[in-house]
Amino acid sequence: MSTLQPPVLAIDNLRVEYPLANGTTFTAVENASITIGPGEIHALVGESGAGKTTIGNAVMGLLEKPGRIAAGTIRIGGKPFDPVAGSAEGVVLGRDIGAVFQDPMTSLNPLFTIESQLTETMRTHLKLDKAAARARALQLLKAVGIPEPERRLKAYPHQLSGGQRQRVVIAAALSCDPKLVVADEPTTALDVSVQAQILTLLRDLADQRGIGILLVTHNMGVVAQIADRVTIMHRGKVVETGPTAEVLRRPKAPYAKALIGAVPRIDVRLDRFPVLGEEGKGRAAEARAALRAKAERTDATTDGTPILAVEDLCVDYMTGGWLPGSTGHRFRAVDKVNFTVRSGEVFGLVGESGCGKTTIANVVSGLVRPTSGRVIYRDKVIAGEGTVRRIGPLRQAIQMIFQDPYSSLNSRLRIGSILAEPILFYRLAATKAEAERDVGQLIEAVGLEAEAAQRFPHAFSGGQRQRLSIARALGARPKLIVCDEPTSSLDVSVQAQILNLLKDLRDATGLTLLLISHDLAVVRQMCDRIAVMRRGALVEEAASETLFTCPQHPYTKELISLVPTLDRIRGETHAA
Amino acid sequence: MLKVLLSRLGQAALVMLVVSAISFVMFRFVGDPVSSMSRENASVEEKAELRRSLGLDQPVVVQYGRFLARTLSGDLGISYRNQRPVTQLIAERLPATLELVLVATILSLALGIPLGVLCALKPNGVAARLVQAFSLIGISTPTFVTGIVLILVFAVSLGWLPSFGRGQVVDLGWWSTGFLTLSGLKALILPGITLALYQLTLIMRLVRAEMIDVLSSDYIRFARARGLPRRYIHFHLALRNALMPVITVTGLQIGSLIAFAIVTETVFQWPGMGLLFIQAVSFVDIPVMAAYLLFVGLLFVLINTVVDILYAVVDPRLRARSA
Amino acid sequence: MKTAASSPRPMSPSLMTRIGAPISVMIAGALALLIVGCALMASWIAPYDPTDLASFELINAELPPAFTAEGDSHFLLGTDNQGRDLLSAMLYGARVSIAIGGGAVLVAATLGVILGLLAGYFGGKVDAVIMRIADVILSFPTILLALLVSGIARALFPGAATAEWAPVILICAIAIHEWVQYARTVRAATMVETAKDYVRAAKVIGLPPSRIMLRHILPNVMSPVLVIATINLAAAVLTEATLSFLGVGMPPTYPSLGTLIRIGNEFVFSGIWWIALFPALTLVILVLAVNIVGDWLRDRFNPKLRVKR
Repeated sequence: MSTLQPPVLAIDNLRVEYPLANGTTFTAVENASITIGPGEIHALVGESGAGKTTIGNAVMGLLEKPGRIAAGTIRIGGKPFDPVAGSAEGVVLGRDIGAVFQDPMTSLNPLFTIESQLTETMRTHLKLDKAAARARALQLLKAVGIPEPERRLKAYPHQLSGGQRQRVVIAAALSCDPKLVVADEPTTALDVSVQAQILTLLRDLADQRGIGILLVTHNMGVVAQIADRVTIMHRGKVVETGPTAEVLRRPKAPYAKALIGAVPRIDVRLDRFPVLGEEGKGRAAEARAALRAKAERTDATTDGTPILAVEDLCVDYMTGGWLPGSTGHRFRAVDKVNFTVRSGEVFGLVGESGCGKTTIANVVSGLVRPTSGRVIYRDKVIAGEGTVRRIGPLRQAIQMIFQDPYSSLNSRLRIGSILAEPILFYRLAATKAEAERDVGQLIEAVGLEAEAAQRFPHAFSGGQRQRLSIARALGARPKLIVCDEPTSSLDVSVQAQILNLLKDLRDATGLTLLLISHDLAVVRQMCDRIAVMRRGALVEEAASETLFTCPQHPYTKELISLVPTLDRIRGETHAA
Repeated sequence: MLKVLLSRLGQAALVMLVVSAISFVMFRFVGDPVSSMSRENASVEEKAELRRSLGLDQPVVVQYGRFLARTLSGDLGISYRNQRPVTQLIAERLPATLELVLVATILSLALGIPLGVLCALKPNGVAARLVQAFSLIGISTPTFVTGIVLILVFAVSLGWLPSFGRGQVVDLGWWSTGFLTLSGLKALILPGITLALYQLTLIMRLVRAEMIDVLSSDYIRFARARGLPRRYIHFHLALRNALMPVITVTGLQIGSLIAFAIVTETVFQWPGMGLLFIQAVSFVDIPVMAAYLLFVGLLFVLINTVVDILYAVVDPRLRARSA
Repeated sequence: MKTAASSPRPMSPSLMTRIGAPISVMIAGALALLIVGCALMASWIAPYDPTDLASFELINAELPPAFTAEGDSHFLLGTDNQGRDLLSAMLYGARVSIAIGGGAVLVAATLGVILGLLAGYFGGKVDAVIMRIADVILSFPTILLALLVSGIARALFPGAATAEWAPVILICAIAIHEWVQYARTVRAATMVETAKDYVRAAKVIGLPPSRIMLRHILPNVMSPVLVIATINLAAAVLTEATLSFLGVGMPPTYPSLGTLIRIGNEFVFSGIWWIALFPALTLVILVLAVNIVGDWLRDRFNPKLRVKR
């Protein structure tokens, strides 16, 4: 990096506080120091609540009220930031600092054309006339790799795909040649393949235009792929900072070690995730043994025979429809899918958003009816032609775990009655007291204290709620649990705990798991066999190790190569 | 575009069919048309004859068909009370009501939008708090009380403005307007304000809520992050987004203004359709009630269709979907 | 205030301060409770019984309030055109207004919540049919629909305008329009809740729809309903007053606040201002107080809920 120019951003001992209603203050960021040189990408990583977004907002002068900078300095291009004015002298937001936000779907105003949203910034800051601004907008769209830029200028945001919109957002951020870009989770809302393109674009911008980028993210893979330096934050404090390769390879702080260790690896399969302090060991084992005993009282088979068969499954969705004058539009979400899940295994279904994997989960668990094809559990058709009614043991056999731990538990009911519901409904307990005892056992089996039954869901963290959601599924004494993105809304360290829990439960109770995920690394760590989906169809099915070591289908290869991972760290590849 | 238009027209036709059916049922089954239309001491034969001549001996579906045909040709029957064709009565009263509604709509939009924006931009300012308090009183005061108070102050005590009627009107063809004479304009002021007040508060609150919502959206945050000037963000970008639902609501409100005009017209003895209707209700004058229902239904459907089409023109998302 | 009393946690003033109600809201709440309380106890606290024809005489007609020069100390707020004590008439009138408003809210909310749950949960044809009906009803303003209903009722049963039937007809006339608002809100909320994982979980367990709707969804969609109910109580009282003012509501023999204002309106020009003024003031204060509380509830519990189509 050039040492002649001043750093584009120099944060020194920054402290951001939020005064609270009860008179105390909440410190969102404490003693944070970050320096970014021209052409440098500096990643700011941490789990939710770490304060990383707050730093980004502070730099842009967009701290949400009543937040304020309580101490420290921010220098932008060498010029000090005035916390009262909310900007640095001679530094104009939009001209000297560009911003890229997380969700490209909502970052652009739906009522204005791309042209108008691109040119307004230039006309404001660079005083360009209409024609000059338009010409420059065209250039920018080309620079960010948007096909047919002339046509796109006249388009409205909803006419572009998510990836294209994020490119437009980046173009808007670049429109006045800023020296610094603050990118807040710029790829979190995007699919892996689009993410890869956007990351390459950001890297090129830094390399070719010498822009310094403050990259706020929670994704270690993204950091490894494009960042020059990284700062790890935890609860408002900087835990560790340094060159990317050094921090990721040899983290020193315990938290940094734990965080990096918790990231699922795509390159090699580990037995368990290394996790800081696991909960409730002894009692959990006992409770799990009891669960297993109960499960076997009803039926016992974990011998690798087929438990679930999906045959020629097709699901169509109708959009629009019944209104007079409008004809419905048919959309095929799942197209002739076949696979078999064997008893006792973990079967993974992966693909990008919209590939139909969740629809399959819904069909298997009886939430959606297939258009054609069948789903067979053991020897009974449970979906499609010739379906037997899903009642009693058949219904009980397949349960589900959901993605969002905040919505998967009814916030108006106590944990006890949520967990007792399947037990009582399936008459698995003779008396209320017995049901209560079972609930206590379930809670212990997922590593929490039995007293949790008395409380409401809001008393628990996301990870704890996910444990309780798993406990509810176990309460029905299922043979197969469909896990629909069970960890994708959790922080990485919590994800590691939940995945460990699922592994332990599988080992302890002989469950079969159907794991739906978009995250290839998670799937590799968890699954015995994996099926890859694309646009409703199955492209490849293989044993987990085979799939990752020698993928057959080009799409699988592409997906695997695009995942940003810790084993391909920028800087190291340069050196190699 | 064509598709939206067709689907809207289909819906409009559906609503009109329902309305006409209700209107027909009222006309046919509520109260006995024969006893209402025949003389007090008519004989059984005379009544039977009248029944036949009215077609009441035919199957209901045929009667409904005839009713529709007659309605489409503009024949809505004869008022029991005035013994005059209902169409004629409504045509006479229509201009008075529409002019009143027009004045009220303009007033409520012209004041409601700026006040709503003011409240959204400076929610803790003195002006915004005053406006908010005023709007709460506004929606809590029934129209007729507002009207009575205005009459007491400006007509009875101060004597500045007339308390009832339209003043002098000028006939332009069949349309009689109060816009062209001083007394006509003066007569419009109090009823116009009375009618506008409720809508004004509604529009103001809507604009405020929408504006606050839009100002906290990601795209406005992004506009701020691009360093665009405040005024530009507020009045060029955000206001446009905030006004989208106002279009729909204003359309709906014009309809309910026509209905609310019933109250205003009663208080101010304004010779419009509302007064005609309320008199019809008290005298159980079914043909007038049925016709008014049909007419207001038609106006409503027309306005809503126009608003929906307008909406599709203004909102690029809908425009594209329909293209 | 009915809605506050029926919510799971009663809103005593101390609780309201604890959850941060500003002083204006507390005053409004207290005022609303005071008026409702007085109205409910009308038969005990009113000096006279205005429905008892024997209790008033024409000789006392149009007496001004007791605090004016010509006032009679027997009649604190004066008398109406028939010699009825205005204060008593107002207490009874407020009771009628509140009963009809509350009744309409209850009927509308019950109907709307049930239909909204069904439409939102099942979607498809059930939803289409219910929402089409709602759309058609919404094509007509409350007041017009209410006038039509009461007009038709008058034409069908001669007894419709009597004191016994008028309240029932008024409740139906108001509720027939208002249920739509509940149905739409509950439908939208139900659709959101139905898509949430806890409902999917309940479905996977295999619970019957009735149980999912009542046990799981209903408690989660009730808070907007309570807010709308509060605001609608104010609106329903206003609609009743308007209908009575127009002469199609409560008969003069059993007046509501609106009927009293209608009677008073005929005398305003002759300088007899009190017959219209006091009932109007009571009405406005009651509605304003309920609206202030309702507004605050909305902002507090459901900022997203707004006047929108």
